Amino acid sequence: MAKQKFKWDDPFLFNDQLDDEERMVRDMANRFCQEKLMPDIIEANRHEHFDRNIMNQMGEMGFLGITIPEEYGGADMSYVAYGLVAREVERVDSGYRSAMSVQSSLVMHPINAYGTEEQKQKYLPKLATGEWIGCFGLTEPNHGSDPGSMETRAKKVDGGWILQGSKTWITNSSIADVFIIWAKDEEGIIRGFILEKGTQGLSAPKLEGKFSLRASVTGMIVMEQVFAPDENLLPNVQGLKGPFGCLNKARYGIAWGALGAAEFCWHATRQYTLDRPQFGRPLAANQIIQLKLANMMTEITLGLQSVLRVGRLMDAGKVTPEMISLVKRNSTGKALEIARHARDMHGGNGISDEYHIIRHVMNLESVITYEGTHDIHALILGRAQTGLQAFSG
Amino acid sequence: MKIVVCVKQVPDSAASLVAENGQASWGDAPLVINPWDEYAVEAALNMGGDVTVMSMGGEDAKEALKHALAMGCKEAVLISDDALANVDTQGTAKVLAAAIQKVGDVNMAFFGRQAIDGDAGITPAQTARVLGWSALTLAASINVDGSKVTVERSVEEGRQTVSAELPAVLSLVKEYGEPRYPSFMGIRKASRAVVPVWSLADLGIEAPVPVVEFTETLNPPARDVSVEMIEGGSPAEIAEKLADKIMAEKIL
Repeated sequence: MAKQKFKWDDPFLFNDQLDDEERMVRDMANRFCQEKLMPDIIEANRHEHFDRNIMNQMGEMGFLGITIPEEYGGADMSYVAYGLVAREVERVDSGYRSAMSVQSSLVMHPINAYGTEEQKQKYLPKLATGEWIGCFGLTEPNHGSDPGSMETRAKKVDGGWILQGSKTWITNSSIADVFIIWAKDEEGIIRGFILEKGTQGLSAPKLEGKFSLRASVTGMIVMEQVFAPDENLLPNVQGLKGPFGCLNKARYGIAWGALGAAEFCWHATRQYTLDRPQFGRPLAANQIIQLKLANMMTEITLGLQSVLRVGRLMDAGKVTPEMISLVKRNSTGKALEIARHARDMHGGNGISDEYHIIRHVMNLESVITYEGTHDIHALILGRAQTGLQAFSG
Repeated sequence: MKIVVCVKQVPDSAASLVAENGQASWGDAPLVINPWDEYAVEAALNMGGDVTVMSMGGEDAKEALKHALAMGCKEAVLISDDALANVDTQGTAKVLAAAIQKVGDVNMAFFGRQAIDGDAGITPAQTARVLGWSALTLAASINVDGSKVTVERSVEEGRQTVSAELPAVLSLVKEYGEPRYPSFMGIRKASRAVVPVWSLADLGIEAPVPVVEFTETLNPPARDVSVEMIEGGSPAEIAEKLADKIMAEKIL
């Protein structure tokens, strides 16, 4: 038997743990992202522009609703495949991964999991192709980590519901055709609704001036006495478990994606420090540089094993929200730390978008915050082992 | 219309080639479908009808076949036999021709212009010769009208339009147009496909005897290169010094 060689970019032979289908998905996702998304990312980020066509391209590739059954236009693949794609998309930009996550996990997933057959047939195929863009309205101006205190209300009327309230920090809201809205009914129970663009009283202004995820559109959702017919209620879920069920899927994708961004930063920094001589030798010949590169390699290698494990558990139906909190928190925290070190190791060039590092640093500041902040996930893990909740006094 | 596309699994284009113990080696470079063959698959799929993708090689070559299946080919065949380990292009052509005949009722066989490992680029023409079909190489566009195929060849001097009666062998160039990405639905189908393996016995032929032998494989001698920066107060001065240098070194 040939002696196993150490591969610096795949220390634990991660690739060997994937099956043929997963490897093909990863290779194809990598190729598409590098060939189609990477070339335009600097301009898109610089000018805060999201190219709507990217959604159609992702749809054509099968990136949208990867785990959704084929009969509704999905690829019916595993959560590991979904994770592998998230990693490749975020290797380019967290904003693009956000667009994909929202469409797949926060819009298509709830329709598939909580919707009626009619709703699935009406919405899922067009969301899968990217013909329609969806968004997810949970966070409100006064309620971020504590969505249970939401103020948006749904009042039952004859033939439907009247929605009143506002949502903020909503990815894709200003360009969305379909809105998944979470609101409390008169008994204080959280319910899910599907709203469509153009409905009277519904508006979605864009938020300007973000210095993170600039290649992704973020907006508000304002609902002033918006009528949603009965058939637009998601009937099969009530309470916070509705939105949390979606967030779990999305957080899982983030845990993979953030490692893709981190890998980009690591590989770029390794190459940069090898190529740049200072004081007559490559930067990479210095112990402090090698220490940091070793830390990057270690965290990414361990992180990939963790998300693959959670993916396998999810595919086997054995995942719990705490597992997802653990990897979402770990991946995003470590990725941001790696990106910051990468920025530092690139010296002055680290702040130029031409080198991409500063963009990842800026993006990861959002990624560590959204879908449960680093600290909120710590509280989930704290509660899980002490039995004591530390969210409220 | 029934088309066979012949593809090859090759080391990634970024791999570096070295001679090791008299053999060409790409180390442990990742293997991919020969990039030129993707144009051939694209062209075949655009013709409509049944497309069978075929490769001669080891187990690894199944990955190239699966890539082509994921792009949309209907069937795949791997031709694999221990006796084919050191086969040359002519031998390859004999084997492929036998396999194309075994598929039966094939109207056209498509190839990429060359494989990026050996870079010989003659297997398409040799296969055509063994089959007794016309060879239309370096095709940038294809038009089939009844039993006649017309292609525009992309040649150094420009474009050349040629036509032939079917069946024919075509090799494709990148001017044909960008190959599609395999979709995830295609990947799912491909990953579950069971690829039949044909041996020489299945084809009913003997192992071809190589006509070309590689007696020795060597690394090119290391070049002795030195770099000298020419400095000067103005571009004209630098140019003058450079010109003197070139003359002194007898380069011109």
